[in-house]
Amino acid sequence: MSYWKDTIIFVTKEDHEAPSNAELVEEDPNDPYEERGLILPSGEINWNCPCLGGMASGPCGSEFKEAFSCFHYSKEEVKGSECLDQFRSMQECMQRYPELYPQEDEKDEKDKQEQATESGANAASEGQKDNDTTESEVKS
Amino acid sequence: MLKCRAVWRKLAPLARSASTQCRHNVKTALNNGRRQAFVPATHMSTGPAGGGGSENTLYVVLVGAACLGGGAYVSNLFITSKAPTEPAVTSLPESAPAPEPGKTCIELSAPLTLPSHAPYLLIGGGTASFAAARSIRARDPGAKVLIVTDEPNLPYMRPPLSKELWFSDDPSVTETLRFKQWNGKERSIYFQPSSFYVKPEELTSAENGGVAVLTGKKVIQMDVRGNKVKLDDDTEISYDKCLIGTGGVPRNLQVIEKAGDEVMNRTTLFRKIEDFKSLDNVSRNVKSITIIGGGFLGSELACALGRRSSETGLEVIQMFPEKGNMGKVLPEYLSNWTTEKVKKGYCVITALVKSVAFKEDKLEILLKDGRQVKTDHIVAAVGLEPNVDLAKSAGLEVDSDFGGYRVNAELQARSNIWVAGDAACFYDIRLGRRRVEHHDHAVVSGRLAGENMTGANKPYWHQSMFWSDLGPDVGYEAIGIVDSSLPTVGVFAKATSKDTPKAATEQSGTGIRSESETEATAVTPVASSTPAPVMEHKDEYGKGVIFYLRDKVVVGIILWNVFNRMPIARKIIKDGEEHADLNEVAKLFNIHED
Repeated sequence: MSYWKDTIIFVTKEDHEAPSNAELVEEDPNDPYEERGLILPSGEINWNCPCLGGMASGPCGSEFKEAFSCFHYSKEEVKGSECLDQFRSMQECMQRYPELYPQEDEKDEKDKQEQATESGANAASEGQKDNDTTESEVKS
Repeated sequence: MLKCRAVWRKLAPLARSASTQCRHNVKTALNNGRRQAFVPATHMSTGPAGGGGSENTLYVVLVGAACLGGGAYVSNLFITSKAPTEPAVTSLPESAPAPEPGKTCIELSAPLTLPSHAPYLLIGGGTASFAAARSIRARDPGAKVLIVTDEPNLPYMRPPLSKELWFSDDPSVTETLRFKQWNGKERSIYFQPSSFYVKPEELTSAENGGVAVLTGKKVIQMDVRGNKVKLDDDTEISYDKCLIGTGGVPRNLQVIEKAGDEVMNRTTLFRKIEDFKSLDNVSRNVKSITIIGGGFLGSELACALGRRSSETGLEVIQMFPEKGNMGKVLPEYLSNWTTEKVKKGYCVITALVKSVAFKEDKLEILLKDGRQVKTDHIVAAVGLEPNVDLAKSAGLEVDSDFGGYRVNAELQARSNIWVAGDAACFYDIRLGRRRVEHHDHAVVSGRLAGENMTGANKPYWHQSMFWSDLGPDVGYEAIGIVDSSLPTVGVFAKATSKDTPKAATEQSGTGIRSESETEATAVTPVASSTPAPVMEHKDEYGKGVIFYLRDKVVVGIILWNVFNRMPIARKIIKDGEEHADLNEVAKLFNIHED
């Protein structure tokens, strides 16, 4: 029988209305063990970020890294304006692998726009403290 | 500029940081409310900060790319993970390649030379190896990674084999191996199509390195001192860093193994693509299938086949010794509740198998309680035996409690050898030594091993998660140690008396609903001082959170029919704190919201 070790509590919406008094440990933004987002605390790019998908590891990985690094460190008024060559090589590389980097057509674009707005809303609400840190670093 | 804005908007959902987002959306997206399981898309792990700031940066850079001239295909990669059709890669061709212009006759007839040295050698071609390969390539520019697998296929993801692929409407799904994700988009189970990889014989000379997959070859011996391995065709490959990602082999019941060829030929040990294809074929050609095993795989396959049975009249039986489905995972009350739900789709028998025989063209399963079940085909889903074949020759330690190669918190077995995925028995700083057989763990541990192979020296820290869906009413995500032998505290959302008609009549003591409602209105001013009583409808565990405790600390959490909350669950486990009132902790999950 599980009654002795399994507690069951039913709660209504009202029961859970008052804010929780459970204490969570404060996050350390410099925790070396933590998984990082796209930009590391040092300001460098985290090429292993899951958000990049296979971009940095595929056949056009080096071209992508060159282009993105150039953009990331660009101090020009129009950010990345001096990186045209790198973006061009990246594009040329990607054109050689249409299977991996397929071209868009009009219909797909429209579908994606709809999904994008929906998922974008979800993604925004996912907000983690980690994200806030990286976001402020990027903006500064 | 309009184009740029269009691209900008497209780039919104760049990262799915947690699987839970996807899964929640699916609840509404699919018919009969069935939830779509987590699909890694082009990025695999439940990476933490995929959202927020990183997305903004990526918006900008990719819009930049797009505006500089049609980087639209770049954005596509993020949003849809649309992978084109991928034919299975068969083993390496034996003969010389087709003539290339400009080559001499002598060169043309030279045999293919496979690399004799790989800076990064990954043994096993599954999820952990692929995740490691990606990690290594991301961190070591120009890295040359060689994956050696005894399977004929390129790396693929396993969960759809017992989930999404069965729900596909496409009759050619066993060939295409494509399935619909939560967002309605199709993708292949293969992580990447063959054009992603470099040919093994071209790896050494590849200017920017790459990932090569050597299929149909088995590593049979490992020389740790000499830093090299031997394959089953006697070739040797030396390495600088090596990952063992050999996964495991499905266990079988002894009674089946002893029962002879006629029984064995009608038994499926489900694990690989070929097993999916064969079981799909069998399910269309027999009248009765019995699944032995009440865990994740057994229950998912039973559900999948049970779904088919309504169309084809196939008899589906699930058989296991525990009291209910997921008996080793869910607390008893929840396991029982789940079993009642799944029983609507197929037959469930709780029993121990005594023997199996082939008689009169049928399989006869004799149960310990004397009952007999006649069926045409058996699927045995009774666990996984981690593959530690190389332990002896390599002199690697095998764990006696959990099985698998024993590795430290950084997933390292010996100086240049790491192990990840199902085969790794590792030290989890927070939860202790363990071995985990889930997809996301293969992704997380594979990534970590890849990071450490390129010098990161990080311990296992980001807790992996897992999930399962058993029909439209039962879907959950879980994290940490979820063992039904641990004490649990389950907090479930319940309606108040106002909400349910039945409760309203019961409370007022009248059988006529309209009467009780008027009575309620009159009484309300008095009753408002006390909270609305909770009507405990017996056995209605619609949604909630279940905490698994060890020494008063939460070591595991199940999110029961609630989604998008995995980060908070991960945080609670990471903290490892003693919480006096778990109901207060449960509040953090907002289980009443959608």
